[in-house]
Formats: sequence, structure tokens, C-alpha cells
Amino acid sequence: MKKTNNIILETSLKALLFFIVLYSVYIFTAGHYYPGGGFIGGLMTAGAIVLLLITYDIKTVQRILPVNYRIITAIGLLLAIGTSASSLLFHVPFLTHRFTHVELPVLGEISLHTATLFDLGVYFVVVGVTMTIIQTIGEDE
Amino acid sequence: MEILMAFVIGILFMSATYLMLSKSLLRIIVGTGLLSHGAHLLILTMGGLKRGSAPLLGEHADNYTDPLPQALILTAIVISFGVTAFFLVLAYRAYQELGTDNVEEMKGTEPND
Amino acid sequence: MTNLIVLPILIPLLTGAILIFLNKKIVAQRIVAVFSSILTMIAALFIVQKVHNEGIQSLNISSWEAPFGITLVSDMLSALLILTTSIIAFCCLLYSFKSIGEEREKHYYYSVFNFLLVGVNGAFTTGDIFNLFVFFEVMLMSSYVLLVLGGTKIQLRESIKYLLVNVISSALFVIAVAFLYSVVGTLTMAHISERVSQISADGMPGILTVIAVMFLIVFGLKGAIFPLYFWMPGSYYAPPAPVLALFGALLTKVGVYSITRTYTLFFYHDKGFAFQLLSILAILSIVVGVIGAIAYWDVKKIIIYNIIVAVGVILYGVSVMNPASIKGAVYYLIHDMIIKAALFFLVGIIINLTGSANLKKMSGLIGRYPGVGWTFFIASLALAGIPPLSGFVGKLLIVQGGFEGKSFFGAAIVLMSSLLVLFSVMKIFINGFWGQNQTYEGEEKAPVKWLLIAPVILVAISALYGVNSEAILPYIAQAADTLVDPQIYIEAVLKE
Repeated sequence: MKKTNNIILETSLKALLFFIVLYSVYIFTAGHYYPGGGFIGGLMTAGAIVLLLITYDIKTVQRILPVNYRIITAIGLLLAIGTSASSLLFHVPFLTHRFTHVELPVLGEISLHTATLFDLGVYFVVVGVTMTIIQTIGEDE
Repeated sequence: MEILMAFVIGILFMSATYLMLSKSLLRIIVGTGLLSHGAHLLILTMGGLKRGSAPLLGEHADNYTDPLPQALILTAIVISFGVTAFFLVLAYRAYQELGTDNVEEMKGTEPND
Repeated sequence: MTNLIVLPILIPLLTGAILIFLNKKIVAQRIVAVFSSILTMIAALFIVQKVHNEGIQSLNISSWEAPFGITLVSDMLSALLILTTSIIAFCCLLYSFKSIGEEREKHYYYSVFNFLLVGVNGAFTTGDIFNLFVFFEVMLMSSYVLLVLGGTKIQLRESIKYLLVNVISSALFVIAVAFLYSVVGTLTMAHISERVSQISADGMPGILTVIAVMFLIVFGLKGAIFPLYFWMPGSYYAPPAPVLALFGALLTKVGVYSITRTYTLFFYHDKGFAFQLLSILAILSIVVGVIGAIAYWDVKKIIIYNIIVAVGVILYGVSVMNPASIKGAVYYLIHDMIIKAALFFLVGIIINLTGSANLKKMSGLIGRYPGVGWTFFIASLALAGIPPLSGFVGKLLIVQGGFEGKSFFGAAIVLMSSLLVLFSVMKIFINGFWGQNQTYEGEEKAPVKWLLIAPVILVAISALYGVNSEAILPYIAQAADTLVDPQIYIEAVLKE
């Protein structure tokens, strides 16, 4: 692909990308009690990668992030299914979730949910699926 | 508010129908997008529009917002997101393979007997 | 075990996810897929037995009590349908090994196959109307992929139409659920049924009739009933035989199941309009399907039009709504799933041998392939309902129900349709198998012996299903009881 002169985009991307990814992680962890969760977080991460794709080209991005997004999708699926299926081991209805409050040194009181693991699965699935779709359309010129 | 929403939904459905009746595949896809937006708004309206209170505040709360329509919409949005994305990819592949995005030219040509 | 009824959904889901990792290792994929389908079958058998012994099983997902959360409900009808689905899926896998082609196998065929089963089993099991929509979408998404997998021109073209029709019907589904929610304020099916009876104490309000018709349109589009079948002959023509068998045997039947479920559970107060409409459309489906099946000279098209006939027969049984006709409808539904899958497999073999779907270009197959010929012959007889094969008992009960319900015209149409259905499949037998012995190009390469395993298993099951109807009828009767008396279903789910 011909090198295009988009210096503004490239420069601002270097600063912006980390904020977008960081914010997507925040959105992901904020879920359950506040607006947020795996789906939105995943979409935002995918958005960051798409911004990367727009700025550079598909080959460069593949070099920076050498991942197969279909595998990411599958890992996410397994994580979500595994978490929900673990209720089979405890003889409680499918998808039942457990949570507990713990006291951490710096962060203070934090609630830990098994639903977060499920949401992490959703996060991976969303990133994987979105990127697979965009790559499929973007790949062939 | 409900009356206003009814008009908005009606306009969305109307535009969706208009777009889906056109010949260009891309317009049809945009039409299906609008159609699902209309359906999502309809769920929200049908659940009853309220503002200013939390979804559920124990058994004896005197005012609450029904959280169910929002959960339904979120699910429906995710699904229509997936379907629309798939439709776009399919339309693109079909355009490459068949050389046209005009549905008029996509009629079956196999002999039927 | 608490979570027994979730297994037929969970096992294929897990398998589908695992198979994504194995996409380049075809043999490993086949082993995992067969293993999981056998597991699903065993789980389904356990569910049938448990429901038979202990009544309807329900599971409140996430431990939310019944009307508040999503509930999975396994009554006899859904248990039997899941068992049938898993048997057909197993046979379909066997058939796919030698016919689907490595290219498709590498492109996630088995994965998507399993996701389709998640959708189908989920739709059969769920007790929540919105969850039904979600499982419908899982099923449809997988069916889009299966339909387009391979990417030939005809597949791409037909997929677009199929997708568009289903996107519109999904939007209608959401709209219908929204209307229903605004009227009854709940989504759990048992609870909806209860609320609907409360507000229809003296006649069902008009808005509920509108919702009933909307549901008929939504599920009718999937199940291909009379005015809404237009997409089916084209779309089902495109994919290869195993996918076609899966679609023909399972997807349309999910639509039929949903109509049966919603009509017998929610709208049974409205015998006057909704059921009358259902009955008229069912009879028209039979007529149109028979005309199509007789008119075409294309083996695939003939069997595809026979799907429409069967859908009409089953829904006619539902619309009469008395114990005999419902029993017949349930019996015929299961029979038709098995026999349609077998017929599509056999038609696939014929096309594989002769390289064409046109009846006028083939003849004399029985000389060299007697196995295929006789299996097809028995399958045709079963389809038309010749005693003692399985179609007979179902049709007999439906016709009996029709006479009891004073619906003589419809019962007569069902009877006459059998004759014409027999004619349409015998046309394939006479033109394809009898006559001048011909040789075809590439016929030696067709792995006929292997491909024949799946249809022979299914035809044998169908024959046993017919001959042993004495032993099977208690199960069918249990399924029909729940449909005739919704109170059983409501009590089992809400635990009042």
C-alpha cells in the first residue's frame, strides 16, 4: 500500500491509543454496579484496534498484534461457557453466580463476582468477532 | 411522550420499508438496520416510559422503573449488530462473486424442471 | 442432577467452541463431533425417561425464581423433539464425513453445525418467550453460515434472500414480544398463559388476537406455511445434501413447534379466529405443497415441497385441538423429522451418483444400487403413511381428531394429500430407479456404501417407531396432555 501522509493521525494515535484501551478496561471492570461491562469494553478495544488499522495498514497491525482473532473468539467462548458450566459442579442451577466482598490493602473494599469471568469471556468474544468481521472486509483490495 | 415515540417508530418503520423495497443491496441493509431500531424503540415504549427512579428498590418501593425492556433491547441490539455485520460481509462477497449489487439481477436462473 | 435439562444445549455449545481450535485437524474434528453428539443423545434419553417418570422438569437459570428469571422447561414434547434432533444430528454427521468436502470441514463446518444444534435444542427447551427469540437467532445465524459455506454463486444469491426474509421476521418477532409484554407484563411462558386466561375470562381481547396473528406470521415464516413459504424452495435448493437435511428436518420444525407451543399455551381461548385462521392456512399449505411436489421434475424440489405438505398436516392437527388430533400432530411431527432427513440423504446420494437433480436425466439406478432403491422405497411408503410404517399412526390420529372435531373437509384433504404425496415420491422411484440402465460420469467415486448408513439408520428408526407405536404412544399421550391442558405446564413451572 502506498504510504499516505497522515501525520496528524499517527501522532495523535500514539497518545490516544493507550487512553482508549485503558478506558475500555475501566469500562469493563466498572460493569455490574455501574454502566459498563464486557460488551461495551470489548467494542471499545476493538474500536482502538480499528483506529490502528485506519492509521497504518493491515500488515503493520498484524505485525504489532500477531493474534488470530478467531482463536480469541474461541477462548472467550470457552471462558464464558466454562464459568457458567462450573455451576454444574456445585449442583446449583446453570449460570448461578457467586460473589464476595474482600478488603484489599490499597484499594479498600472490593466485591469479587464470578460474573466478571463470564464478562471477560464476552469481552474476548466481542473483540474477536468484531475484528474478524473488519478484517474479512478489509483484507482483500 | 408515548405519542411522540409512536410517531418516531412509525417514521422509522416507514423509512425502513421504503429502503428495503429498493434494488440496491446496500440500501436494503440500511433498511434492515432501521427496522430493528424501530423494533427496539417499540420495546422501550411498550414497557412504559418513566424517568427518575432506580430499576428496583426492594419489595416495597413506591416508584420504580421496569428494567426488563432495557435488558431486552440490549440483547436485541447485540443480535442485530451481529446480523447486520454478517449481512454486510455477505453482501460484499456476493458483490465480488456475482458482480452486481442489484437484487433485480439476483433472481434464480436455474431451470426449474 | 439439577442441571440435566441444560445438557442438550451445553454440550453442543462447548463442542462448537472447542472445534474452533481444531479447524485444520479434520479427523480430530470428526471424532469430537461424533463423541459430543452421542453424549447429547444419551442426555436426551435420560431427560425423556425422567420427564416420563417425574413429570415436567424445569430449571430456573441463575437461581431466579420462575416468573422473574429465565426458565428452561422440558415437557414431554420438547424432550422427545430433542431426542429426535440429536439422533438426526448424529446421522447427519456420519453422512457429512464423506460428502461435505474438506474445504467446508476446514472452514468451521462442524463448529457451526454444533451452534445450530444449540439454537434448535434451546428453542425446544426454553420456557421464556424472549429467550426463544434469542435461541431462534442463534439457530438462524448458524443457518446463514451453513447456507453460504462453500460460497458458490447460487449459495450467495439465495443466502441474501434467506437472510433478508429472516431479518424481517426477527424484527416482527421483537415487535410481537413487545406488544405481548405491554399487555401481560411478563415473559415467562407459563406466567403469560396464566395472565392471558385472567384477562380473557369473557372472550379474548382483540389485541391478543392481533398478537396471535403476529406470532403466526413470525413462526409461519420459519415453518413455511401457506402464504409465507415462498422463500423456501429457492433457499433450500442451494446448500449440499447434509445441510439441506438438517434444515428440512429441523429448522422448519422449530417454527412448527413454536406455533404449537404458543397457540396451545397462550391463545387457546380464541378458538373462533386464531385457530380458524391456522386451520385454513394449514389446509392451504397442504394443497399448495402437494401441487408443487407433483409439478416438479427435480428430486430436491419434490422433497422440499413435501416439507410444506407435512407442515400443513401437523398444523391442521394442532388447529383442531382435541386430544386425538394433538396426539397425532406430535406423533407426525417426530415421524416427519426422521423421514425427511432420510429422504434428503437419499436424494443427496441420487444426485451424487447421477450428477443431476433432474428426474428426466436419470433412470435404472436400482440395477446397480439396490440398497439405495429399496431404502428409498420404504422411506417413500413411510412418508405417505402406509401401515405399519410410522406415518400411518400419526395421520390416522389426526384424521380421527378431525372427524371428532367435525372438521370433515380438512380431514378429507389430509387423507387425499397422502395419496398425492405417495404419487410424488413414487415418481422419483419410477423414473430414477426403474427403466433403462444408464451409466453416469463420476459415479464410481461416490462412496455410496458409507453414505447409505445414515438413511438406513433413520429408516430403520422410522419403521420401529411405526411398528412399536403401542409402546411409544404413552409418551406421545403424555406430551399431548400438556398441550391440551396448559394447567399442567403452568403448575410445573410456577410450582403453585
